[in-house]
Formats: sequence, structure tokens, C-alpha cells
Amino acid sequence: MIKTRIISIFFLISLLNNVSLAKEPSKLISEIVNQASVILSSTDPVEVKIIKLNNIAEKNVDIEGIGMYTLGKYRKTLNEDQKIKYKKLFKSYFLKSFSSRLVDYSDPKINVVSEKKINDKYTIVNTILEETSKNPEIKIDWRIYTKNPKRPLIRDLIVEGLSLARTQKEEFKSIIQNNDGDINYLFKSLEEFIIK
Amino acid sequence: MKKNLTIIIITIIFKLMTLSVFAGSDGTLDMNSKAKEQSREVKDCFETVNRGIFAFNQGLDKIFFKPFAKGYRYLPKPIRSGTSNALNNLSNVVTIPNNILQGQFKEAGINSLRFSINTTLGIAGIFDVASYYGLNKLDKEDYGQTLGTWGMQEGCYFVLPVLGPTTVRDTIGSLANFTGGDAWYNVTIANDTKNFENSDYYYSRLTAGVDFRAKNLEAFNSLENNSMDLYASVRSLYLQDRKRKILNSDETTETMNDDDWEEIDTQ
Repeated sequence: MIKTRIISIFFLISLLNNVSLAKEPSKLISEIVNQASVILSSTDPVEVKIIKLNNIAEKNVDIEGIGMYTLGKYRKTLNEDQKIKYKKLFKSYFLKSFSSRLVDYSDPKINVVSEKKINDKYTIVNTILEETSKNPEIKIDWRIYTKNPKRPLIRDLIVEGLSLARTQKEEFKSIIQNNDGDINYLFKSLEEFIIK
Repeated sequence: MKKNLTIIIITIIFKLMTLSVFAGSDGTLDMNSKAKEQSREVKDCFETVNRGIFAFNQGLDKIFFKPFAKGYRYLPKPIRSGTSNALNNLSNVVTIPNNILQGQFKEAGINSLRFSINTTLGIAGIFDVASYYGLNKLDKEDYGQTLGTWGMQEGCYFVLPVLGPTTVRDTIGSLANFTGGDAWYNVTIANDTKNFENSDYYYSRLTAGVDFRAKNLEAFNSLENNSMDLYASVRSLYLQDRKRKILNSDETTETMNDDDWEEIDTQ
């Protein structure tokens, strides 16, 4: 009897632990936005801001997943060496692109509006980038990969209905297609972008 | 002779319309009909020529639209907002008939009320009085979108000098504006109403272009700086935007093809 009770209590505690460790996607976005806002409005030099923003991205964005998605049908044609090379290049490319897009904003105000669970793997978090004297209000949706609820990861940003991941995928496809399907041209383009 | 020419033109347009191809086996799952619609690839029929025209437009943007847009940004906010409101109000003369053609009667009613209130109380649309009365601004509609909702496919993607990206369907839609479908064009250019000059139409179009460019200065800069193939990025964004507008949906999931994401498992 005591043994059963102990097992039941242990089971209950472990269940509660799981529930408490699961991170809500909208909470994740709020945290990221707040962290980014603090970094961007700080007086740190641009280089320091970039390093800090990249840390946030590495922790919260599924860079590897996005990299594979943006390769489209070509990801099936890569050999192991090419795959390793691509993952490395894509990560550098992504972080450079990510931070340079953000660093122009001095203090973006992004408010979480709602979230919608699509299935067990995905939740969309809807946010609004507040209007400024220069820019109109912008809707930004975040596609969150929630297969592991304890560690949700960002997979895409949809700005006013336009998917950044999809745009990147079509850009990569165009580069490969216009060079006779040779993936090495994509690697070359990525290298050029990174050192630019 | 004229009849033959018409037949040839219709045949060419029809040929171009049917050039949309379906993407191969990028993904594995057929999620639903909307996802299938999204996976359809629009053919860039004259890519080499298009890239040339795109480069020309980029040059034009650099020497004309961008500097104008930057200058426009220096105008006080109320002037910019007023201009933007007036242009939005004017666009209702195209949106309302398209609401009706798409069966959006409620939206047609709201837009008609907005147009009446803003044109009169809002002094030619400069002030958005209708929003104050709870009639919030709705999405714009055009004849290209209407053709899309009727089931017409995009046809070829191409780039027009000055006007930028388009498809065969959107170009046919635009032609409707010049054949009676745009009341503003009718009263300024098509008919001599004595109230308006031809130049009123051209100024309004030009101002709309500069206003749009000014609102997107940072976004365009960011796109230019972060693209390895700017032409391909702009093409992708244009086609995504048109699909979203035709679906008349803010639902992200409805405008995305999930096939590829479903295959990728990193957790």
C-alpha cells in the first residue's frame, strides 16, 4: 500500500515537473523580444550587440532545421561532407543576416497578440510591431516548432503574411537552378555573403 | 487580318496562362487543397529578359523613387498620413466593384460607406473619419485578385519596366482599369468631365508609388543587403503576397505549404 502511494506521488511529481518545464510559445517570444529590445536600446557598440543577438538566435532558433528547409529538394542530393559544409556555412550566413536585419532597429516594440496551435509540432504566435514615425504597424507571425515542448524553437518569421524561410528557400533554389543544379555555387554564394 | 491578330493574341495569352507547372516532389505529404495550391510553382518564362528589366528598374529606383521617398519622409507626419489616407480612399473605386465581383457584399457595403464618409466629412479622404465611427479599413482588392478568386491561374511571371513584378493574370486584371473598371481613370483620362485633368491621374499614381516606397525604405534596404539573389527574393515575395491577397486570409497556416517542414525533424 505504502509502495503504491510512493509510486503514485512520484508519478504525480514527475507529471507536474513536465508541465511546469513546458514553455509556452507566446512566452518564449515575449522573452526573446524583451531581451532583444534591451540589447538594441543599450549603448553597447554594434559589434557587442551583434554577439548578444546571435546568442539569442543560437539558443532559440532552429537554425539547422531552417537550413534544411531552405535547401528544398536539393537536401536529398547532398553527401555527408557536403551536408557538414552546408550546415556550417548556413549557420554563419543565418546569424549574419539575422543580426544585420535587427541591428538597424533602435528599440522595436513588439507585442504578442495571440497564439494558435496548428498541431503537436507547430504553434503560430501572432505579434504586432508597433507603428513608428517612420514605419507603419507590421504584423509578424512566428512559426514555433514545439515537438519538444520543453524547448520550443523558432522556425520561421512571417512578416505581413510573407514567409522569410520560404523566400530564402526560393532564393537558394534560384541560385542552384541558374548554375546547372550545382550545389557548389550555393556554397560559393554563401561564402561570399559571409565575408562581405 | 484584325481577326487573325486577335486570335493569335488570345492564343498566346492562353498559352502563357497554362504555363504554370506543379512542383515536383519537394515534400511528401498532400496536406490539403490549399497546400497543393501553394506548392504550385509559377513559371518565370522570360527570366533573362526579366532580370534585365529588373536591373533597369533598380537603377530607376536608385535615381528617382528612393531619393523622392527619402525626401517625402521629411514631410510632417500629418501631411504624409493625409496623403496616404486620400490615396487609400481613392483606391476604393477599384476595391468596391471587385468586392462585388468576388461576392464580398458586406465588405462592398463597408467600403462604400467608408468612401462616402471620408470623401465628404473627411475632406477628399484626407481624414479617416469612417474609422472613428467604427468602420475600420479593409484590404484592397483589384481585378487581378478577382480573376484569381474565379480560379484563373497566374500564368507566367514577368517584370514590367517601371511598374515592376506581375503575372499574366495580374496584367489582364490591370487592363480592366483602363477599360472602364477604374472610376478615377474614367473621370480623369477616359472622359472629359471638365472637373479633372489627365495629370491628376498621373500625379496620384506617382504619389502612391512614392508613398509606398517611403513606407518601405528600411524593409527594401534590408532585403537588398541580405539577399544573395535579390531578383529571386522579390519574385518570391511578390507571388506570396498575391496568393495571400487572393485567399483573403490572415491565417498564416492557410498560406503556407507545410510539406517540407513536416519532413524536417531536429528535435
